[in-house]
Amino acid sequence: MIIYGVALLSGCLLLGMLMGQALGLMLGIDANVGGVGLAMLLLVFSSNSPRFKTLTSDNAALGIRFWSAMYIPIVVAMAAQQNVAAAASGGLLALTAGVAAVVVSFALVPVISKLGAGEDEA
Amino acid sequence: MMDLVSSVFTRNSLIVAFAVIGLTIWLSYWLADKLTAGRIHGSAIAIALGLVAAYWGGTVTGGAKGVADLSLLGGIGLMGGGMLRDFAIVSTAFGVQLSELKKAGLAGVVSIFAGVIVSFIVGAAVAVAFGYTDPIAITTIGAGAVTYIVGPVTGEAIGASGDVVTLSVAAGLVKSILVMIGTPLVARSIGLSNPQSAMVFGGLMGTTSGVAAGLAATDPKLVPYGAMTATFYTGVGCLLGPSLLFFLVSLIF
Repeated sequence: MIIYGVALLSGCLLLGMLMGQALGLMLGIDANVGGVGLAMLLLVFSSNSPRFKTLTSDNAALGIRFWSAMYIPIVVAMAAQQNVAAAASGGLLALTAGVAAVVVSFALVPVISKLGAGEDEA
Repeated sequence: MMDLVSSVFTRNSLIVAFAVIGLTIWLSYWLADKLTAGRIHGSAIAIALGLVAAYWGGTVTGGAKGVADLSLLGGIGLMGGGMLRDFAIVSTAFGVQLSELKKAGLAGVVSIFAGVIVSFIVGAAVAVAFGYTDPIAITTIGAGAVTYIVGPVTGEAIGASGDVVTLSVAAGLVKSILVMIGTPLVARSIGLSNPQSAMVFGGLMGTTSGVAAGLAATDPKLVPYGAMTATFYTGVGCLLGPSLLFFLVSLIF
């Protein structure tokens, strides 16, 4: 049943969001700390576990795969509702700060990736 | 006639969004194939078209939600909003191997903290270069360079003025949009080609929308790895911004 996969996905998202919100509360901030990431971990665990087989195989898997195939269209819809006009009207300071942060962060990707590889070998 | 169309379209707004996005993606893949001979990915073009449309929508309506503020395209707001976006992001984790996640575990965690702190320092330095000397303003603008959520959260917590908060949101939006467009262009030169570097990338960039779109346009297989670390970034930023980072800035200025 396709709905089994969709329901599992929903359960993972809700549980992850609850944990993220609780984590935020414990840290004293009004933000969801990693709710989506925790939900993804829950889905990884359940899809790698034989106990959840009826919820992750055959037609149930199609219910999850449909949503991952909808990922790019949803991202395009997300892009279409960004506040681009506000970003463009933020002036030179906002532009410089945003661009500089991105350039420096891009440059750090290979540096920190290597750090991970080094730890592995050690 | 126009009334008839608009009443059907607004009552079925999410369905309109599916149709419009479907057409946009078809057009983008056609353009990618004909104009760039497949050198630029179709989804990169679709995301760029989305951003151009959002700019146009924002200037026409004066709203904050791009084309979603046009009543005929209101469904785009639901389709691309936080709820369905998070649902689709989580679904991409289906089929991910635990071993891949473990391999980049430490580097992933390091990248989240490094990303928040480095973006903050860069943003704060730019604020200082533009003549700001007030620690509250410097911290808020630095936090904006982290993400457009961390900026206002930090600004409100430490009592920044409205125009400084607006600046911090704008800085965060510039970052997010640049990550969407820039990622496929620099992917090869920063070694963004495997799950481990994608996790580090997500942790360093942190903007969920930027990472989500940037990786989608680079290689959809990398999306779950980058998205997983990126979702912790804003939380860490909201935690550090008004506390440790504000404290450090206050010591200097």
